[in-house]
Amino acid sequence: MINSSLKQLGQQLASKQVSSVELTQAYLQRMAQLNPTINAYVTIDEDKTLAQAKAADTRIAAGDFGPLTGIPLAQKDIFCAKGWRTTCSSKMLETFISPYDAHVISQFDAAGAVNLGKTNMDEFAMGSSNETSYFGGVKNPWDFDRVPGGSSGGSAAAVAARLCAAATGTDTGGSIRQPASLCGFTGLKPTYGLVSRYGMIAFASSLDQAGPMAKSAEDCALMLNVMAGFDERDSTSVNRQKEDYTRGLTSMTGDQPLKGLRIGLPKEYFAEGLNADVAKVIETAIAEYKKLGAEIVEVSLPNNNLSIPVYYVLAPAEASSNLSRYDGVRYGHRAAEYNDLLEMYMKSRAEGFGAEVKRRILIGTYVLSAGYYDAYYLKAQKIRRLIAQDFVEAFKHCDVIMGPAAPSTAFKAGEKTSDPVAMYLEDLYTIAVNLAGLPGMSIPAGFATSSEGKALPVGLQIIGNYFDEARMLNVGHAYQQVTDWHTRMPAGLENI
Amino acid sequence: MQWEVVIGLETHVQLQTKSKQFSGASTTYGAEPNTQACEVSIALPGVLPVLNKKAVECAIKFGLAIDAEMAPRSVFSRKNYFYPDLPKGYQISQFELPVVGKGQITIQVPAGKNTQAYEKVINITRAHLEEDAGKSVHGAVEGMSGIDLNRAGTPLLEIVTEPDMRSAAEAVAYAKKLHELVQWIGICDGNMQEGSFRCDVNVSVRPKGTEKFGTRREIKNLNSFKFMQQAIEYETQWQIETLEDGGTIQQATVLFNPDTGETRAMRTKEEANDYRYFPDPDLLPLEVTEADKARVKAEMPELPQALQARLISEYQLSSYDASTLTSSRSLADYFVSLVNAGAEPKQAANWVMGALSAKLNAEERTIVDSPVTAVQLAALLKRIADNTISNNAAKQVFEGLWAGEGEVDAIIEAKGLKQVSDTGAIEAIINEVLAANQAMVDEYKSGKEKAFNALVGQCMKASKGKANPAQVNETLKKMLG
Repeated sequence: MINSSLKQLGQQLASKQVSSVELTQAYLQRMAQLNPTINAYVTIDEDKTLAQAKAADTRIAAGDFGPLTGIPLAQKDIFCAKGWRTTCSSKMLETFISPYDAHVISQFDAAGAVNLGKTNMDEFAMGSSNETSYFGGVKNPWDFDRVPGGSSGGSAAAVAARLCAAATGTDTGGSIRQPASLCGFTGLKPTYGLVSRYGMIAFASSLDQAGPMAKSAEDCALMLNVMAGFDERDSTSVNRQKEDYTRGLTSMTGDQPLKGLRIGLPKEYFAEGLNADVAKVIETAIAEYKKLGAEIVEVSLPNNNLSIPVYYVLAPAEASSNLSRYDGVRYGHRAAEYNDLLEMYMKSRAEGFGAEVKRRILIGTYVLSAGYYDAYYLKAQKIRRLIAQDFVEAFKHCDVIMGPAAPSTAFKAGEKTSDPVAMYLEDLYTIAVNLAGLPGMSIPAGFATSSEGKALPVGLQIIGNYFDEARMLNVGHAYQQVTDWHTRMPAGLENI
Repeated sequence: MQWEVVIGLETHVQLQTKSKQFSGASTTYGAEPNTQACEVSIALPGVLPVLNKKAVECAIKFGLAIDAEMAPRSVFSRKNYFYPDLPKGYQISQFELPVVGKGQITIQVPAGKNTQAYEKVINITRAHLEEDAGKSVHGAVEGMSGIDLNRAGTPLLEIVTEPDMRSAAEAVAYAKKLHELVQWIGICDGNMQEGSFRCDVNVSVRPKGTEKFGTRREIKNLNSFKFMQQAIEYETQWQIETLEDGGTIQQATVLFNPDTGETRAMRTKEEANDYRYFPDPDLLPLEVTEADKARVKAEMPELPQALQARLISEYQLSSYDASTLTSSRSLADYFVSLVNAGAEPKQAANWVMGALSAKLNAEERTIVDSPVTAVQLAALLKRIADNTISNNAAKQVFEGLWAGEGEVDAIIEAKGLKQVSDTGAIEAIINEVLAANQAMVDEYKSGKEKAFNALVGQCMKASKGKANPAQVNETLKKMLG
């Protein structure tokens, strides 16, 4: 059951082979066994969770249900959920109980999904390994010595270890796709503006986007159906017709279901920086796509190498301002002792934020300062437009772009913590997508073997044009019809 | 040395919207602390701003009213600083691209001790939308400061002038004119006590005849015209004395203390914040189209300048009368209703500016809560015009209306004020008076014109003021042959 697709679970719930309470309890038991080790969840509240499951069963009994009613999901702890502790994995919000629901949370509530708990993450989503969390790191279910990626590391480990049916994540520079690659599941970062950011704790507002993290493209499509949609409370939410992201999935039949599809391979994605084992897996996956009928074209993203420096100007700039509200005045951590207002601010923030958050607040404050603004912030905005323009050019020649989602497989805990730049390079293939506001996803494409002989997942990134999520999901789904990477489970966790 | 003061104003106009600039929370003044602070006002994690369309309309109205350039695309920026009453740690404002650009306001500077009244054009640099901060409350809890976020996020339009004013009188005339205008176009309630209209005044001095501006000091948060006058006069004198004593002026922000009548430096430029302005990524650029402007324009009242011109051309009022009657929207509305109800314009103007204004002033009321409505006053003026009552009697009727004694005709009836115009009755009164005042008649006949007036007076007295004076005049003249 834990390896069932959302569609299968939905059918079992609808036909009353299993109740939501039973299904939820199964997950809660699995969480009780594994979470103390993996640390995927930072907040579990069985009473709340089971109350939702009971409500879902009532809806199912009354015939008032949808595809996700009664299905237990994990929510990244970046989404405010009414009555739930919502921490962003920061000491700053260690005791913050949200009095309101994020749009994403209320959408899942309305759909009747069950919230299993809040998942661990890098503090304020700043990190690529989940090691900046105030609540400690998360184990990669494929190798407990390794990181799950970040910032959505808790959701990633929860999906990979089958501690939930599916999860939510957010992606500012790769925080859904890189952990999806490192933990071997399907994760989608939608087009900027597709999913409302209301109630999603801001890191870098112009880049943040919520998306689904699930076993398959089909599961992601079902999740996205619930998450996407206009919300007038988010001014950057795009007001467009709702679509059914599963609509094209079943039509994937025949020998060459992708005939006519043009896949662009950016030469910059296969250059220096890419691990050879990862490259091999990606090449094999591309070969599979050729068999499915796709045509391969070479494209170029000449400014891709600028995306990391641009990101590390813009994201900290926005973050430095977004995190100003954590001042100890109204909620959140306040220093126990202080002599005046300034000291209250300084001590509260010094104690409440971790090192990586502080580093980014400092960078952001610096690049926005009088005298530096033009040289850093404005220049970065200009380059951001060039990076977006690269994709416009590339999409003149192809329908989707493919490449690696991360330069290597999961690395060991502590391996990159002392070298921020090495950590930042984890997002080499994902960040430009955020800067351009495009949708990107990562699907399991195979494994590479670690030096200790362990199989570590590798993700294939699929980048689409604006609002082309349906096509991307179809492309992922077609591949998942002929491969089984997405159904593999970490050794030792299958029978728990 | 002759000194010249140079003054520019930044005015924060609180816009009359039901909800806040970027959230649905109410803006009603005076509620219990923090009862009008929604999740956005408190800046909870994850909340986002949504621009209030009504506030944008207010800005457009103002732009249209001062015939300003309006940017088709303006941008909201974050002004970053820490303060306990600033919940997000930044204020959403407009920096590089404001919604309203250059415009003009013509002010009337009243006559002073040694100066005549004159008009002057003040150039408006810009007007931009922003949100207000909350308030720190000191002393409510012993040893602690409280924060009230009811006001946090209230929509403001900040209106900035060029340094065009050259005296406290000009600055006050501008502030009053702006105060009238924003109320006239319905974007601000003008309540200065509640902080709906607050001025920051930049003051510098320079030797008369020189071009270069002196170093300015900014007097913050003046919320009365009287204080503004006092503050500018004090500040100007202080700066002149400082310079004449060989000192220099440091750029600074100062506060005016109404109790001492002095200004005092709050912080100098060296201590000023670096606000790290950058475009707010949570808000899209604000687009104002020609169609938006046309739609707002259609809803705008006639502007004071236009109405003033119309009062002169259509109703033949003097420019003084027209200017007085358009000094506030409510006064103008009253006058226009009065004329629309059939009153003769000149007579209507005299009554509004005379008896009505005097009575309102005496009772410290505004025209909005005048007990005598425009329709009632029109009915009264009609009775003067059709000779039912005399001007004197009309004043008694007006008092009756004010006291709520009923409608015009009922009061005339009750007080027996109806004018006597019957020829027979008037002749009878005249005959009586002539018989009793033979001496005056003789005087008149010997050429003393004054005696005629005395006889008219006697006739009026005999009629207890009810006789129609014009008719008495005419008939008396005839009868005296």
